[in-house]
Amino acid sequence: MSLDRADIEKIAHLARLAVDQDKVESYATDLSNILTLVGELEAADTGAVTPMAHPLHMAQRLRPDQVTEKNHREEYQAVAPLVEAGLFLVPKVIE
Amino acid sequence: MHNKTIAELGAGLRAGEFSSVELTRHFLARIESLDPTLNSLVTEVPEAALAAAQLADARIRAGDSTPLTGIPMVHKDIFCTRGVKTSCGSRMLDNFVSPYDATVVERLDAAGMVMLGKANMDEFAMGSSNETSYYGPVRNPWDRERVPGGSSGGSAAAVAGRLAVVATGTDTGGSIRQPAALCGITGLKPTYGRISRFGMIAFASSLDQAGTMTHNAEDASLMLQAMAGFDPKDSTSVDEPVPDYSAGLNESLAGLKIGLPKEYFGEGLDAAVAASIENAIAEYKKLGAEVVQISLPNSALAVPTYYVVAPAECSSNLSRFDGVRFGYRCSEPKDLEDLYKRSRGEGFGDEVKRRIMIGTYALSAGYYDAYYLKAQKTRQLISDDFIQAFKKVDVIMGPTSPGTAFKLGEKVDDPVTMYLNDIYTIATNLAGLPGLSLPVEPVNGLPVGLQVIGNYFAEARLLNVAHQYQKVTDWHRAVPAGF
Repeated sequence: MSLDRADIEKIAHLARLAVDQDKVESYATDLSNILTLVGELEAADTGAVTPMAHPLHMAQRLRPDQVTEKNHREEYQAVAPLVEAGLFLVPKVIE
Repeated sequence: MHNKTIAELGAGLRAGEFSSVELTRHFLARIESLDPTLNSLVTEVPEAALAAAQLADARIRAGDSTPLTGIPMVHKDIFCTRGVKTSCGSRMLDNFVSPYDATVVERLDAAGMVMLGKANMDEFAMGSSNETSYYGPVRNPWDRERVPGGSSGGSAAAVAGRLAVVATGTDTGGSIRQPAALCGITGLKPTYGRISRFGMIAFASSLDQAGTMTHNAEDASLMLQAMAGFDPKDSTSVDEPVPDYSAGLNESLAGLKIGLPKEYFGEGLDAAVAASIENAIAEYKKLGAEVVQISLPNSALAVPTYYVVAPAECSSNLSRFDGVRFGYRCSEPKDLEDLYKRSRGEGFGDEVKRRIMIGTYALSAGYYDAYYLKAQKTRQLISDDFIQAFKKVDVIMGPTSPGTAFKLGEKVDDPVTMYLNDIYTIATNLAGLPGLSLPVEPVNGLPVGLQVIGNYFAEARLLNVAHQYQKVTDWHRAVPAGF
């Protein structure tokens, strides 16, 4: 499976990753090589097999619907890049 | 002092032969003089270490100690440590001081261990050589022109170089076992769910597992004892009773059935490494074990399966790094999209970006069935092979790595070549099984690791199997020149 510039640009956008223009080609080559490696899966006979989501086939554990967590906002916001009045600040979103 | 194990040092501490403060000073001095040649640590915390050592000494005097109390160690920089920088080997978290402790950190701290610092690692645990770290590559103490393996390369180098007695590591596709093999130490990845992942920065949630990097199996059993066990804060933590891991170390191996998968001894395995592994297996026969030839027919699907599943899960896990709530933020973002794209583009290194992109592609509309769903099915096939094998044998053995430590820069140009280093370790993570690497006869002065894979929750057996070999051999006691 071969990927080109346009594919890399589309994937990078989906992943919200800025990619240097002069690196796009090499990413395309690397990713194409990885997809060739991964392409070996196609030949496997998996018709009747159930997909494995968890190695021990566990289901999500539940707990009683009771408040047990404390609000750590101040402590956890102390490491944020830009905060005001308890809110994380980002560039304006709404025009 | 630095060549001693936890067990030996613990006895010395409790007998009052030396204090934890003296021991800690000894290791801090070694780090200062020797780590510049290895680059095994991202952060050192000498003041906090000495404070912890003082507390440990008080506990030992009061008779309130555990086997781990007062022992100097390092944590892989993937474990959140409150008040201490936690970088995950990445520019993305270069400015991140964790506001909380990982459960692993909490438990070892409660046992009285002394943290000397945070170990260097491949960025976000993605790598097999510790060459992708934002903080520069780690060097192998056995040959400074060579890699220590990865992603827990800093942890392995620190223990092998005797800069710490033990280290924690994590293993998603072999990241404890492979560096342990390349550095000549004992590395254990337990069963998935055995050790809590709370506070352990996530790479691939269904594969990641914390583990131990020690000089021998006896020390690993002491570490595992403190680390293992159910944690309500980790929803993938298994509520399985924790046995006494030291109790069975001395059980006889007579009658032990060792499976040798033919797929692990074929093409791609260095001939000299194969010979060393065969000699180790001969030693096991002398200990009374029986060798059974087995087959894990879907072995060749392991690496391709992993390179769909792991990147897919990583693309999801790493989406939290967006420049908004913590970590790196680009300067003067024009708008929200620019904030996300440049923070992530500048914060992450190339390998991380490659894996995020492969994962994004494999999960995207139109490709999900062909890639991710397919890989989940082949994952089941790979696991089934092990389940079948364990009906006939007690443990499975083979080489941990296809070769010895390669030179820095040798494999960085082609990701796929690098990925093939994990060819023997990856399937274990896919199946969620426990795996251990122990040092056997070196090749040309470079360490070789024997991998032992066990059935679910059979860590005690793996430790017993390793310990019995370590009682009749001394490869695990070898010290690199200059250390």
